[in-house]
Amino acid sequence: MKEITGIKEIIKPENLAYKKSAILTEDIMHYCPGCGHSTTHRILAEIIEEEGLQQDTIGVSPVGCSVFLYNYLDIDCQEAAHGRAPAVATAIKRLQPDKFVFTYQGDGDLAAIGTAETIHSCNRGENILIIFINNGIYGMTGGQMAPTTLPGMKSSTSPYGRDVKIMGNPLKMADIVATLPGTYYVTRQSVHTPANVRKTKRAMRKAVQYQKLNKGTCFIEIVSNCPSGWKMTPVQANKWLEENMFPFYPLGDLKVPEGQPVQQTRTND
Amino acid sequence: MERELRLMKGNEAVAEAAIRAGADGYFGYPITPQSEILEYLMAAKPYETTGMVVLQAESELAAINMVYGGAGCGKKVMTSSSSPGISLKQEGITYIAGAELPCLVVNVVRGGPGLGTIQPAQSDYFQATKGGGHGDYHLIVLAPASVQEMADFVGLGFDLAFKYRNPVMILSDGAIGQMMEKVWLSPQKERSKTVPEWATTGKPPSRKRNIITSLELDPYRQEIFNLKLVAKYNEIRKNEVRFEEFQCEDAEFLLVAYGTSARVCQKSVELAREEGIKAGLLRPITLFPFPSARINKLADSARLMLTVEMSAGQMVEDVLLSVNGKVPVYHYGRMGGIIPTPDEVVGNLKERIIGS
Repeated sequence: MKEITGIKEIIKPENLAYKKSAILTEDIMHYCPGCGHSTTHRILAEIIEEEGLQQDTIGVSPVGCSVFLYNYLDIDCQEAAHGRAPAVATAIKRLQPDKFVFTYQGDGDLAAIGTAETIHSCNRGENILIIFINNGIYGMTGGQMAPTTLPGMKSSTSPYGRDVKIMGNPLKMADIVATLPGTYYVTRQSVHTPANVRKTKRAMRKAVQYQKLNKGTCFIEIVSNCPSGWKMTPVQANKWLEENMFPFYPLGDLKVPEGQPVQQTRTND
Repeated sequence: MERELRLMKGNEAVAEAAIRAGADGYFGYPITPQSEILEYLMAAKPYETTGMVVLQAESELAAINMVYGGAGCGKKVMTSSSSPGISLKQEGITYIAGAELPCLVVNVVRGGPGLGTIQPAQSDYFQATKGGGHGDYHLIVLAPASVQEMADFVGLGFDLAFKYRNPVMILSDGAIGQMMEKVWLSPQKERSKTVPEWATTGKPPSRKRNIITSLELDPYRQEIFNLKLVAKYNEIRKNEVRFEEFQCEDAEFLLVAYGTSARVCQKSVELAREEGIKAGLLRPITLFPFPSARINKLADSARLMLTVEMSAGQMVEDVLLSVNGKVPVYHYGRMGGIIPTPDEVVGNLKERIIGS
């Protein structure tokens, strides 16, 4: 490949407005173009770096697309069985109460096979952060219906669209866990625009601070996309996200600590 | 705290021994006939003394995955259950074996299949010794035959689990879990402060990140890992075989039994000897690794072997493999939660002797 003229002059530390977080490893991410996982990983990496938490962080990755989270973040990690991440994290945190412990789970992991672990860890008020990536589909296994697939939405196991009479209704997990006394902070965010990335990052920073208070579970749902599973381009997927997912899963805070301002719920932000 | 003599149930002895062994965590879910373990720990409140975490999980699945999480932190963690609950734990156990984590699982066996009965049985032998969950793996399996061994095998189990980075199972049954005997309890051990180098404790700049996983998508690398496990199990077979012999020196008729059945068979040997039948008993203490070499050796002098199990005949297959055709091997079993009597074992032995 021909070198772009003057590239070496441009790549200088003083010209860097945006750089890779030191917590991100050199591994090339396996995520599809346009997928929200890589953006969310980056936010998480930045928060761990900026808060100086590398030495104190233990992450738990799920079964699903983000199973290889531990390849991309330079932190200690445990890979949990499908749906069991909150149980794994419960013990990690109880046995090492001074550490920052988070789970990172998709919708099949958290809202189908791991519903019991999710509800009960939140209900016990485990002092962990649960990051929930909701894209309404099983990505890794090739686009099957998820517990969060919208009514009428097509997937490989709902090829004519989700018929709620036969297949049941999608679960709103953030709404459910927000009702539990064990949760301290429950919010629903997205990472599909720079503005939303900034909001998600703020939410994660809050969750890190809140975990130090030992007041209960923090739950951040990220309503995200799956261009491959949805069979759309990244741009189409983000437009579909805004038009279809956000009306059903509105963004904003569902539960905030007493005295804290509530981020308004807006459908199209 | 000194060594102490107490009268206890087998289940209570496990719980007390766990505290005294310096366990860091217990995660359980109630099921008969072993609920006393969780009850005892909750009443003892070790979190206020030794700092041991005790938690009642929402299911056996959650409990074993808590064990996975705690073991991944390099902590001494355990769970207990009975047969139907142990089936639920198999997913977590295979992940623990696949991630090469140390932990202790206590199975106070009851009769099955399905919900079965709450009475004692030995019908989980296959599940315990042949893997149990999916994939090629083995647990180290200890079979206590007394309340004393219920207590002793907790400390031994943790030691073996950490020595080999492998899950250890105490395969007990409802009789030993529920019965009371006197038991010598070890002095209180301090909880360990040393952290294994592979544990997830937060990555300092001085080391690479620690990852606990059982996932490997490259078949060649996965096979290398499988071979590593095979080598480990062979090492365990070489070093950790444990058994007890009772009047085997001149035995012509050898009983092979573990746990509760072995207690019965010890009496059967005495009764048979009173009638002039030269019987003996080999009691495997480790079911994996199995005392195959010793049984093979005893087959040189014995005329027949009879395994006695509270099952349809499970350990008998390992005895057959060990004997390798040298002498006839028979099975006598009771099921459904019934414990055989010494007399009926002698009766069955006589039938076999006449038959052969």
